[in-house]
This record gives sequence, structure tokens and C-alpha cells, in this order.
Amino acid sequence: MMKTKLFDYVEKDNAVYNLTGFTKLACFLLLSASVMFSYDIRFILAVGVLGFLILKLAEIKLKRIRMMLLYVGLFILLNFILTFIFSPRYGVELYGSFHPLFSITERYTLTKEQLLYQCTKSAKYACAIPIGILFFLCTNPSEFAASLNKAGLSYKAAYPLSLTLRYFPDMIRNYNDIALAQQSRGLELSSKEKLGKRIKNILNICFPLILVTLDRIEIVTNAMDLRGFGKNRKRTWYVAKPMRRSDWTAIALCALVLLVSILLSALVNGSRFWNPFT
Amino acid sequence: MDDKKLFKVSTRTIVATGIGAALFTVLFMYVKIPTGIPNTEIQTAYGVGAFFAALFGPIAGGLIAFIGHAISDSVQYGSAWWSWVVASGISCFIIGLSYKRLHVEDGVFTGKDAIVFNIYQVVANALSWMVIAPLLDVIIYAEPANLVFTQGWVAALSNAVSAGVIGTLLLFVYSKTRAKKGSLSEEK
Repeated sequence: MMKTKLFDYVEKDNAVYNLTGFTKLACFLLLSASVMFSYDIRFILAVGVLGFLILKLAEIKLKRIRMMLLYVGLFILLNFILTFIFSPRYGVELYGSFHPLFSITERYTLTKEQLLYQCTKSAKYACAIPIGILFFLCTNPSEFAASLNKAGLSYKAAYPLSLTLRYFPDMIRNYNDIALAQQSRGLELSSKEKLGKRIKNILNICFPLILVTLDRIEIVTNAMDLRGFGKNRKRTWYVAKPMRRSDWTAIALCALVLLVSILLSALVNGSRFWNPFT
Repeated sequence: MDDKKLFKVSTRTIVATGIGAALFTVLFMYVKIPTGIPNTEIQTAYGVGAFFAALFGPIAGGLIAFIGHAISDSVQYGSAWWSWVVASGISCFIIGLSYKRLHVEDGVFTGKDAIVFNIYQVVANALSWMVIAPLLDVIIYAEPANLVFTQGWVAALSNAVSAGVIGTLLLFVYSKTRAKKGSLSEEK
């Protein structure tokens, strides 16, 4: 079964954890955008290394994220194979040159262009991992809503997001409890059971989970209404942190990375792709 | 609830969005139904997302799928696959438009309601997975077009099955647990 601890927020005292939630979101979006935009493998790998360095700085142990890395590895491998099967000539189209390495059939000729395109794409996925992990493991849900509100977002819009982050680990626990209870009553979920029966069994887990969720929505709604949620246009936050100099520095650095990504494409490469073939 | 406004945001909408998105995330990550075709699974999350959309409206529905998909992607793969995240949000937003025509919370879900819900659901899935998702894939990620359009067809089909079967079933069962409007009468 899954380890629910993986997603729990555990307070730590270091340079990364002490940034405000808004800073973390801004850095997450800026760095993701820079990797998403660029098709220059040199730049992407550099951001990847940067991400792993920050992971180290945040004192997140590799052991904690091993499963996640495995998942992504599998996904990347599958995408790599599928891309080649569906579009073995896409690299040639993109880079506009043809350097064959070896060929299996006329259509499935491996070219340097295709290899570069597919490696770049895989690197993009891989290098985005530490960025996402950092955001999710280091952000306190309540503080996150507070800082989004401070950044100008209406608190009514900031609230669902923090509720999601807050209730997500609870929901996994609920799911685990229900799944184990149903399995102890003899409900088979593995591939030993026939497909039709399995779907029914899965629904037998879904339904209690959904009823629990709907109940919880009622309870939380009432609790919030009773405390006067939404009465005023502004509110204060117990956990709000002020933006410090380190926050602005972090955002500026990430903005710089995005700027490099854009400038690299606009000035050096002339397009989003790095083309060493011409 | 006589005046159901499609885009009204109450405390209930906010809470339903937040907690619904958490549920969507968990289902999206762990509760998939294998179809027999490798690497193609029916996501129960879309069925539940459609159910929440029909129950709480387009704003809650759209945000539940958007936030839920973005978080589960980020947790599993480290970063969100934005083109599909956006498509998820749009599909549940469109399904949420059926909210005004349904009265599930009053214990009413007839065969006609089921057809209305399914029309919305099929249109929403076809539009978001066959058009929006592949288009954004090509624009944002420079993916090869024939690959993403094939994936889009498969996704549209499996998500429509999920919303059609699981969503309809959930709405039907849930309506049975609600007291009917006007089910109490004064004793003379």
C-alpha cells in the first residue's frame, strides 16, 4: 500500500522551507515555464541540476522520493518508445536535416535528429521532477493560502487550493481504511478477479469514500459559515509570513532563469529548438 | 434551492471545490480500472469529477478537475502536464453546466435527467480530449500530431465511459439517499 507519510507536510528550518508560500509558487511556475518553453537540452539539464541542488538544500532525502522517481522513469521510457513508433521522422521534420545512424526498415530509420529530439523531451520530463517535489513537500497549506491572498488573489479563490492540500493526505488515509475494510470482507481487487466483477468491487470502495467526502463538505461548510467565512471582503491570517529579502531574491533568480530560457531561444538558437545540425 | 445560479460562489462551492479536488487527486492516482489494453486505464476520477460537477456546478467542477489533475500529476511525475490538466478542467466545467437542469440534491434523477447529463458529458469529453488536449500538446510540448490525436481519441472514449457509467450510477444512487422535495405533508 502507498505510504501516506510521503505527502505530509513536515516543518523544517532551512533556507527553502522558510520562504513564503507565494515565493514557492512563483518559483515553481517560473522554473516549470522555463523548462517547458526551451528545447535546448543543455539549458534543460542545467535547470535539472539546479533543481536537485535546491532539493539538497531543502534537506529532502532521496529515499523519500524514490517511488516517485521510479514512476517517472517508467513514464519517460514508455513515451520514448511510443514517440518512435508513431513518429520516427519527427526529428527530421523539426530540425530539417537528415543524419541516419542505422535503419530497421525504410520508415524506422534512427536519425541523430530523432535521437536529439527524444532525448531532449525525456530530459524535459526528468528535470521538471525536483521542481514539483520541492513545491509540494515544502509548502504549508494554510500559509500558502495566506500568501496567495497577500499577493492579491481574493481569499475566496485562495481557500479551495489550501483546502485541497490540507485534505489530500486525509483522503488517502480514508481511502486506505475503506479499501482494507472491504478487502477484509473478501473483496478482490487484483487481476485474479474478472474485469466486470473488479469494476463493481472498485465502485464498492468509491461509494463510501464519496459519501464520507460529501459529509465532510457539509461539516466544513457549516463550520466555516458559523465562523462568518465570506462575510467581509478582507481577512487576516494566523500563519501569514511577511515577504523577506530572501523571498524577493529567490523570485528574481527564478525569473532570471526564465529570461535566460527565452533569450537563448530568441537570440542564440533562433527558435525554441537548439539545432546543432546546421 | 429554487434559484440555482450557475456561477454563484458560496461557502459550499468553495469547500466542495477544495475537498472535491482532494478526492479527485486520490482517485486519479490510485483508483484506475484496467481495460485490457496496455497502459490504458479508465480513470474513475473522471466519473467522480462529473458527479461533483453535476452536483455543485461548473465553477466547482472545473476547478476540481483542474486542481486535482495538476496536483496528482505533480505528485506522481514532478510536474503537471498542463495541456491535459487544462482539458480536464474544461471537460468538468462543461459537464457542470448541466447543474441547472438537474435536481439531484432534491432526490430527483429520472431517466430523462440521465440522458441530459450524458449528452453534456459526451460533448464535454469529445471537445476537450479530441480537440483541446491534442491541440495544446502540439502548441506547448511540440509533440508529434498523430501520436497526440490518437491518445486523445483513446482518452475521450475512456473518460466518456467513466463519466457515463460511474457518473450516472453515482448520481442515481445519491439521489436515492436524498429526501424528495415536498415528501412531507401536513396531517389534517
